[in-house]
Amino acid sequence: MIDLIAQLINITLVFSSALIFAAMGGIFSERAGIIALSLEGYMIGGAFLAAVAAHVYEQLGWGASSAYLAFFTAMIAGMLLALIHALATVTYGADQVVSGVVINFLAAGLSVFLVKVIYQGAGQTPTLKTAVFSKWSIPYLSDLPLIGPGFFRMYPTTYLALFTVALTAWILWRTPFGLRLRSLGEHPAAAASLGISVRRYRYIGVITSGALAALGGATITLTTTGNFSHATIAGQGFIALAAMIFGQWNPHWVLLAALFFGMATGLKNIIQLYPWARDIPTEWIYMLPYVLTLIVLSSAISRARPPKALGEAYDLSRRT
Amino acid sequence: MKPKSDQAGVYVSGTTHGEKPGESFQGTTGGTEHEPIVRMVEITKRFGEFVANDRISLDLYRGEIHALLGENGAGKTTLMNVLFGYYQPDGGKIFMNGHEVVIKGPDMAHALGIGMVHQHFKLVDRFTVTENIILGAEPRAGFTIDRSRAREIVERLAGQYGLYVDPDRRIEEITIGAGQRVEILKMLYRGADVLILDEPTAVLTPQEVHELLNILRSLAAQGKAILLITHKLKEILAVADRVTIIRRGRLVGTLPVRETDAATLAEMMVGRRVIFNLDKAPFQPGRVMLTVRDVKEARSGADALKGVSFSIRAGEIYGIAGVDGNGQSALIEALTGLRRIASGEVLLEDKPIHNANPRTVFESGVGHIPEDRHRRGLILDFPLYENLVLNTYYQSPYTVRGLIQPLAMQKQAERLIQAFDVRASHLNVPARALSGGNQQKAIIARELSRRPKLLIAAQPTRGLDVGAIEAVHREILKFRDAGGAVLLISFELDEILALSDRIGVMYEGRLVGEVLPHQTSEEALGLMMAGQTARGVKEA
Repeated sequence: MIDLIAQLINITLVFSSALIFAAMGGIFSERAGIIALSLEGYMIGGAFLAAVAAHVYEQLGWGASSAYLAFFTAMIAGMLLALIHALATVTYGADQVVSGVVINFLAAGLSVFLVKVIYQGAGQTPTLKTAVFSKWSIPYLSDLPLIGPGFFRMYPTTYLALFTVALTAWILWRTPFGLRLRSLGEHPAAAASLGISVRRYRYIGVITSGALAALGGATITLTTTGNFSHATIAGQGFIALAAMIFGQWNPHWVLLAALFFGMATGLKNIIQLYPWARDIPTEWIYMLPYVLTLIVLSSAISRARPPKALGEAYDLSRRT
Repeated sequence: MKPKSDQAGVYVSGTTHGEKPGESFQGTTGGTEHEPIVRMVEITKRFGEFVANDRISLDLYRGEIHALLGENGAGKTTLMNVLFGYYQPDGGKIFMNGHEVVIKGPDMAHALGIGMVHQHFKLVDRFTVTENIILGAEPRAGFTIDRSRAREIVERLAGQYGLYVDPDRRIEEITIGAGQRVEILKMLYRGADVLILDEPTAVLTPQEVHELLNILRSLAAQGKAILLITHKLKEILAVADRVTIIRRGRLVGTLPVRETDAATLAEMMVGRRVIFNLDKAPFQPGRVMLTVRDVKEARSGADALKGVSFSIRAGEIYGIAGVDGNGQSALIEALTGLRRIASGEVLLEDKPIHNANPRTVFESGVGHIPEDRHRRGLILDFPLYENLVLNTYYQSPYTVRGLIQPLAMQKQAERLIQAFDVRASHLNVPARALSGGNQQKAIIARELSRRPKLLIAAQPTRGLDVGAIEAVHREILKFRDAGGAVLLISFELDEILALSDRIGVMYEGRLVGEVLPHQTSEEALGLMMAGQTARGVKEA
């Protein structure tokens, strides 16, 4: 039983890591007033670039450090996609939902297309052999019963994800930058009247969201799947978005929400190992995280209090 | 020319009150006692063909309260936006302390010591008072905000100028008057020596206005220069040292306030004699037209109805006074079928109209001038003639056998435009293209065209200029004199007092008092609007 709980904790953290990265990214964007519907696209971009880069570094014979390098290389893809979103919504005042949907389609289509181009028509990138993350065992702590295997034998990405939560909270609530960023999500005209550049801070917020969500995508490639295909992300960007809303745009609550959704994904993997679950059609088990997302969101969204100016383009000539 | 010789002692360099966290503007050496702190010379600003400011000059001294008077659209706000750096002038120069400056944006205005308090507050509701004040110029400790120092500075500034606020409250929890004090503190925190206030009293109760005027006097006494943008003559006469009047983008003149009076100022502002007293026919009440009995809503909150009762007779204007957000909107919506009530009843003559749909309410004889003419009064992108039949388009002759009849609509529109003096270049222009006054006249024309028994007029003159206000008031009085019942809801006490035959005061979803206009005063009404119990005459 203890083993099972430890296993569940562990797998929850593994599957949550990507969601945590992406959801923290979402906070940076939406707190600045720009809808983060394109988290899915950023994650796809990150997962794709991580797979390609890791494969290249592997070929170059860089061994285990390939994974780390590929992980951070992946950010570029998310940042580029986010730059498009920022350009459309911040500079040109385009509808943020439309732009977000377009970016999601763009990332999904372009990544699969590029895989086919690069790997001679293959449907997925080659499976990585050495350029993947392996779990760290923290000395001594990992030997503790229950919490040892539960918390201290983890991929480095999980530790980094948890650190990102603390960092996000610190930036947003402790620093002048954070105060300014949050003011843009609430009342951009007020910020502008105090000489804060709406454009600059919104660009930073959106591009940060792209970078973080791409790390989320890379996490999936480099820890769970080992390659990239059209089904690698499969809606996890939207689940991250749901976690962000469920967590009320507040890093600590969002962390809990991401863990909850991560657990749903983890359960799906654990259940299948048990004989009694063989009778449940796999489709039903695979639905679990998505169904949970729906249920939670439909109950939470009515109480959600998003940033007041979320989704509104800020037009300098309109000073109300 | 210096407005107040006894103020010489406070002509100190701009940084003595220096709690400035960021870079502060050191008063240049050129400044002397006789030098104005701000001098705007022949400022011209065009928007395309339209000349918003035509060679307007204005100077401002330390320790002075200088009023800028003009009607809506006269160019007051444009001129101040030029001074605040939002707009670049097409002609003219700005001097500060005798040195020419080019103000490129709000940033630079702040650095030069100019602060602006906007008519619509620019406050982040979910931030605390302190956070709003320091935003953009935060005191730091390393990488983080030094919150304890920020709080200290806010408290010190608040104490120095008598601007009481609770630094840890969120804006959404404080009153409008307190929000305005936060706005002023924001500017003082940035080291402003020149404070521009754009229509600061529009949203305040009379007591809050009184308090604000005292604050302005105290700021001026401590050496700040204050520019007060307003169209309220009473306030100018009460507090300003000098007044500059502009009309249609041109300077009419600048004069010391103690050498003038309300009638002169009004004439200079409008360009013709203004009649202050409306010709109001004697009150001849008929039978009861509207009965509102203990109307309550299911929800709670300051703006929810918690048991409202009153009645209006034919030939009577019943005014509802109150500060914005005390249930007036809910009352209007409950009476017009836009909001459900949980208990109580609304009777038009003897017919219940509560919880009926808006069309039923309208068809039983209720006309409605909505609070927000852009949101509820008009469809701005539809042509004027369609807007004039928005409530009757489905009836004959405008719809015949399920088909719309544009010609019949246009004919009706033409009649209404004539009768109500709506000025538009064409029947086909979108409602958006009309001036505020003409938009409002169009709504009144439409609502009165079906001869309703009751007219609900909510903020009927908000944002209109003096001429249009007169016209709207005349129409409302005409309707009343013809035997109509009028419910008038307004935040403008002057309007309530001038038009009403009886006045109910609304506070937190209840009518806290009912008085007769000639037996009350602004002060008494103001106290009731702030929730004090009524001492007025209660009439059955």
